[in-house]
Amino acid sequence: MQALKEQVLEILSEDCRTPLERIAVMTGSDLQQVAEAVEELERDRVILQYSPVINWDRTDRERVEALIEVRVTPQRDMGFDAIAGRIYRFDEVKSVFLMSGGYDLMVLVEAKTLKELAFFVSEKLSPLESVTGTSTSFVLKRYKQDGVIFVGETTDKRMAVSP
Amino acid sequence: MSSRYINPAIQQVPPSGIRRFFDVAGTMKDAISLGVGEPDFVTPYHIRSAAIDSILDGETQYTPNRGLLSLRKEIDLYLSKRFQVSYDPETEIMVTVGASEAIDLALRVCLRPGDEVILPDPGYVSYAPCVTFAGGVPVPVPTRAEDEFRITAEAVESAVTEKTRALIFPYPNNPTGAVMNKQQMLSIAAVAKKHDLLVISDEIYGELTYSGEEKIAFSALPDMRERTVLINGFSKAFAMTGWRLGYACAPREILYEMNKIHQYAIMCAPRQAQVAGVQALKKNRENGYEDVEAMRRSYDRRRRVMLDAFRKMGLDCFEPRGAFYCFPSIAITGLTSEEFCTRLLKEYQVVCVPGDAFGQSGIGHIRCCYATDLQRMLEAFSRMEKFIQDLA
Repeated sequence: MQALKEQVLEILSEDCRTPLERIAVMTGSDLQQVAEAVEELERDRVILQYSPVINWDRTDRERVEALIEVRVTPQRDMGFDAIAGRIYRFDEVKSVFLMSGGYDLMVLVEAKTLKELAFFVSEKLSPLESVTGTSTSFVLKRYKQDGVIFVGETTDKRMAVSP
Repeated sequence: MSSRYINPAIQQVPPSGIRRFFDVAGTMKDAISLGVGEPDFVTPYHIRSAAIDSILDGETQYTPNRGLLSLRKEIDLYLSKRFQVSYDPETEIMVTVGASEAIDLALRVCLRPGDEVILPDPGYVSYAPCVTFAGGVPVPVPTRAEDEFRITAEAVESAVTEKTRALIFPYPNNPTGAVMNKQQMLSIAAVAKKHDLLVISDEIYGELTYSGEEKIAFSALPDMRERTVLINGFSKAFAMTGWRLGYACAPREILYEMNKIHQYAIMCAPRQAQVAGVQALKKNRENGYEDVEAMRRSYDRRRRVMLDAFRKMGLDCFEPRGAFYCFPSIAITGLTSEEFCTRLLKEYQVVCVPGDAFGQSGIGHIRCCYATDLQRMLEAFSRMEKFIQDLA
């Protein structure tokens, strides 16, 4: 079952729309087994969501993104978890990571406009009691995300027929 | 006019039938090709990067004829770790311009005029012509779908004559995807020993097997080392087709002569390809052959999808357990391989290779490569299905 689960994860990480029937064919397993594996992965919260990788720059959607380095004072008995919880609940916040190094939390924030994002930092994030400092960097161009390269063409460079 | 200068023996060998459709396919924008014979992966980035570094570092000189010693040492370690056989990097391993050169060298060194060479049919397109160019006589031995396209000891036995010098043993097989396990290899080894045959074992697809059986080089079988030329390369296992990097391992006496032709005709394989080869083997030795295994898993999934699709279309197809080809029979369509492929290309823009391009026993079959993007492949299947339904 563990080996099948690993295969299922690899297949779904490449294409989360792969039908269960096809996964069964690809892995040489019963449909029932595959369905069970997926169910368990979902139940154990290994698979949390099935979402596509989207290049928003190719859409009309107005959008700015920033990476914010946040320095905080950890709380007694709670460490960083409590303050991280205060931060990740904001809708604007897409990702939060606890980091080693010169700052504590890396916060990825998305907003419609620059103004809205600046407002989030100055009015919502910075005033939090444990936050002692922030440094905001805006994303200018996305080259690669989640293993997918966003720029350039990916064409098959092979000849149509070869030995 | 100038044709009077051409040796008729060369002229009478036809060019490869495999590229018959190449020109037609090239003009079709929407064509999906299952006709390729190479990985759809690009060479892993760390390997490409090592070659770039080598160029920037000014490594632009010849290498030793037999190839960089560091590469030959890695080849020995690789074969020991993956295929249960070891060769002396100094005297028993040489690096060639693709496995193709190694095949040519082995034949040219070992064949005397008129010597016969047994080879499985269907088989890779270059064996028979290379035998002819080397002055030998190719003796195709039919293999059959019922035997999952394995060559049998009886078939080899019945093809042996006084003049038989060698056997070309190419498993996993292009175009059929057939594999031979250790037991089956042993039965061939027994015939080779009995008739004192040289075995040219083309193991270029050696990494791409899906049956879970142990991987073993032909020369690792008892008593086979002294009579085997092991041929392998980087094209399939490491997705390095365009680099043209292969190698031969053989007893020192044979390798010495092979290197002589190579030394005079080629000099050495391109240096950057060799540097890339060192990187490929060294890095994979350290990380548990991650590149190779990841690609193999990906091919295996697509193999199952392709086999499933053909069987659902009603095509008879044995389960290929090696390389990256399916070799279904198209007998139910009533078309010849040639007609099938031509019409499929013209009417549905899908490229397959007629099985008879690989020999007479390929008649009624087509070769389809599953080293193809899954979505494109699925689209190709739905076109093929329509084509076959229209015929019925």
